[in-house]
Amino acid sequence: MITFPWQRARALRAHGVLGMNQRNGDFIARVNPRRLYPLVDDKVRTKTLAQAAGIQVPQLYGLIAIQHQVLQLPKLLEGREDFVVKPVNGSGGNGVLVIVGRRKGRYRKASGAQLTEDELEHHVSNTLSGLYSLGGQPDAAMIEYRVKVDPVFEPISHQGVPDLRTVVYKGYPVLAMVRLPTALSDGKANLHQGAIGAGIDIASGLTGRGVWRNEVIDEHIDTGNPITGVQVPQWETLLELAARCYDISGLGYLGVDFVLDRDFGPMMLEMNARPGLNIQIANQTGLLPRLATVDAHGREGASVAERVAFARQRFGRP
Amino acid sequence: MSKGSSVLRNRHLLILCLLLVAAGGSLFLYKWLDLGVPIKADNAIGAWTVEARIRFTAQSGKPVKVRFAVPLRPPGFALLDETFVSSGYGLSTAVQDGDREALWAIRRARGEQELYYQAVVYPARDTAQSSGSRPPPVEPPQFSDAQAAVVTSLVEQIRAHSADIATFAVETLQRLGARDNSDINLLLAGDNSPERRAEVAAGILATANIAARPVYGFQLQKEGRRLPLLTRLEVHNGERWLSFDPLSGAQGQPDDFLVWSRGKPPLRDSDGVRHLRLEFSAAENTYEALAVARQRAAERGSLALQFSLLSLPVQMQMVYRVVLTMPLGALIIVLLRNVVGIKAFGTFAPILIALAFRETRLLNGILLFTGIVALGLGARFYLERLKLLLVPRLASVLTVVVLMMATLSVLTYQLGIGAGLSVALFPMVILTMTIERMSIGWEEAGPREALQQAGGSLLAASLAYLVMTERQVQHLVFMFPELLLIVLAITLALGRYTGYRLTELRRFKALAG
Repeated sequence: MITFPWQRARALRAHGVLGMNQRNGDFIARVNPRRLYPLVDDKVRTKTLAQAAGIQVPQLYGLIAIQHQVLQLPKLLEGREDFVVKPVNGSGGNGVLVIVGRRKGRYRKASGAQLTEDELEHHVSNTLSGLYSLGGQPDAAMIEYRVKVDPVFEPISHQGVPDLRTVVYKGYPVLAMVRLPTALSDGKANLHQGAIGAGIDIASGLTGRGVWRNEVIDEHIDTGNPITGVQVPQWETLLELAARCYDISGLGYLGVDFVLDRDFGPMMLEMNARPGLNIQIANQTGLLPRLATVDAHGREGASVAERVAFARQRFGRP
Repeated sequence: MSKGSSVLRNRHLLILCLLLVAAGGSLFLYKWLDLGVPIKADNAIGAWTVEARIRFTAQSGKPVKVRFAVPLRPPGFALLDETFVSSGYGLSTAVQDGDREALWAIRRARGEQELYYQAVVYPARDTAQSSGSRPPPVEPPQFSDAQAAVVTSLVEQIRAHSADIATFAVETLQRLGARDNSDINLLLAGDNSPERRAEVAAGILATANIAARPVYGFQLQKEGRRLPLLTRLEVHNGERWLSFDPLSGAQGQPDDFLVWSRGKPPLRDSDGVRHLRLEFSAAENTYEALAVARQRAAERGSLALQFSLLSLPVQMQMVYRVVLTMPLGALIIVLLRNVVGIKAFGTFAPILIALAFRETRLLNGILLFTGIVALGLGARFYLERLKLLLVPRLASVLTVVVLMMATLSVLTYQLGIGAGLSVALFPMVILTMTIERMSIGWEEAGPREALQQAGGSLLAASLAYLVMTERQVQHLVFMFPELLLIVLAITLALGRYTGYRLTELRRFKALAG
């Protein structure tokens, strides 16, 4: 049977799927004041902000802001076996380099690929010149603690650490997913780079079925382990932390990324003022009804606990 | 929810859009319908300038008066413009019996005098209005007694040999053409010219109670000075005027025959002049239909065209012909990105590429773009191994791109396949940035994504090119820049289009079930 575009559009509308235009026009433009963007676009500022609010973040080892400092890289990395290099203003996981070990002056990536000192410096230089930054403006590179994967996720993440993305609307967590790295994604947790996205039930913290590219899957494509029905540890805490990010950022429509560290527990990686829409696919559900629920019944000035309770009650999987 | 504010904002936007459409639309309609600014790009009209020059010597001490017939609604033509040149003379025109006359008068004039009349006419199918005019009452002709007797017998004979008014006229003209007939010679009084024949024929027809008149005019076939004044015979058959060649009797007026005056030759009479000479000349030239509009606007004192882009120097006009299409290109991009949802490099880079296509034409442009980007990408991947810093690397790619373009131009020129391949304005910087973005996309998101975006850029550029170079589109935005207000309204409205993009229908396919 042929589906006409308008029929498809009506079906999507009926399922409350949020489109890019509506996200930008009806939500981001309305509840995300432009002046707050730098808070989340600059990962160092986000880190500071979170720390000030008592939210754990991966430790910052060093910041390289000018080309000349690239020369101090070896010194800065002295004694560090593993670390992550990230563009301060990056987005979508671009320019993130994860080093899991070093041998004979070479750095080893999660995939096993080796990097020479030169290549690492080149990567940092590229970052400084703005190659990975949002608008292409000069950037800085931060070097931080490499998160260790929590045992729960070990069977279903290939050479990387899964991250937990939550969309928070007006302080209410509305939709969540876990992004599982694959061999294809080079240990990164970005869906467009080939990671798997699996929805998480807001009420229980149990994972649902996953989506890889455009396929719905139940097992990890690399390890073959089931990805459904996994209980995310400290789910309540994670929801509360996510909800608090609204208070510290002021952004009404927000994507928050947390990781679960084996040793330190939940850590915030970044906040995103324009979170992607794939979370809907991962959850097999549209965002609009939940956003409307918050608009209709959410209370301004509600406490974090109240908001989390509201979300768990309203947005639980039936 | 701030649903209220959203609705309010939408109403605000709606009103703004409606105002813009109303403003742009009404100005457009005014210029098109009222001033007659042509909406078609092909507005060049093959027009003829016919000039009458009247030269004479003024008789000293006497007032000068010259009455001269000027065209009025000539069948098959439309009068676009006319000019009277007569310095110092008083001028008046009058219309009588479907004929128009100009009267030049001056109390005192000395020596050689020149009067000019110039008419610009263009072929137009509006014969209905002039042929519909009712014939003037038949005037009894002035024949001598001997002539009158001949005419009376002729009318009898002709009536016997004809079926209707048209054949009556033909028969009359044929009989007037008979040689060595003393009766005919008596009527023509030794003047065998077409003018005389038309005049006499009109008289004979009038005697038979048929409205007829000689008409004078020109065959607008070739340009030249001293255009001969030709005569034809017009006969009214009760419904419309039929035209006959006074010599052959052939019926039907040629398309390029311009009727100048009816009933009598153009020069009606003159007072106080000597050595009067009348000369006609004709020149063909193309007139923009716009000229009509401008004149009409000027006559009415309308500022709409006075403050138009046409008042700019021609070179600047040429630039604006291009620049004014850019909002349309931008609208295409808006549609492609926000409604269709195609991916492309940069926001308006496709428009710049589209502008570059103007130089190369579409197919060449696409080939060039693809070739340069592919080669540049190769160079870029090689440079990647050298681990250069970003800006120097971009500069290197730019240099490579420029060199490749130059080589390509020389090669294609030498091989003779690149005739007309002008790449002077191909935006190398845009190409360089495209190559850079594509190579990053290639590495970060894979070749598929990169090729998709490159294809999207090319598609957007091609569509924008097709719209921006369309002659009719260019003509419209240049003649009616106010249409851009409507484009603005559409763009603004699309700015609040929060529906799904077409590509999202596919992307979220799994959620539609």
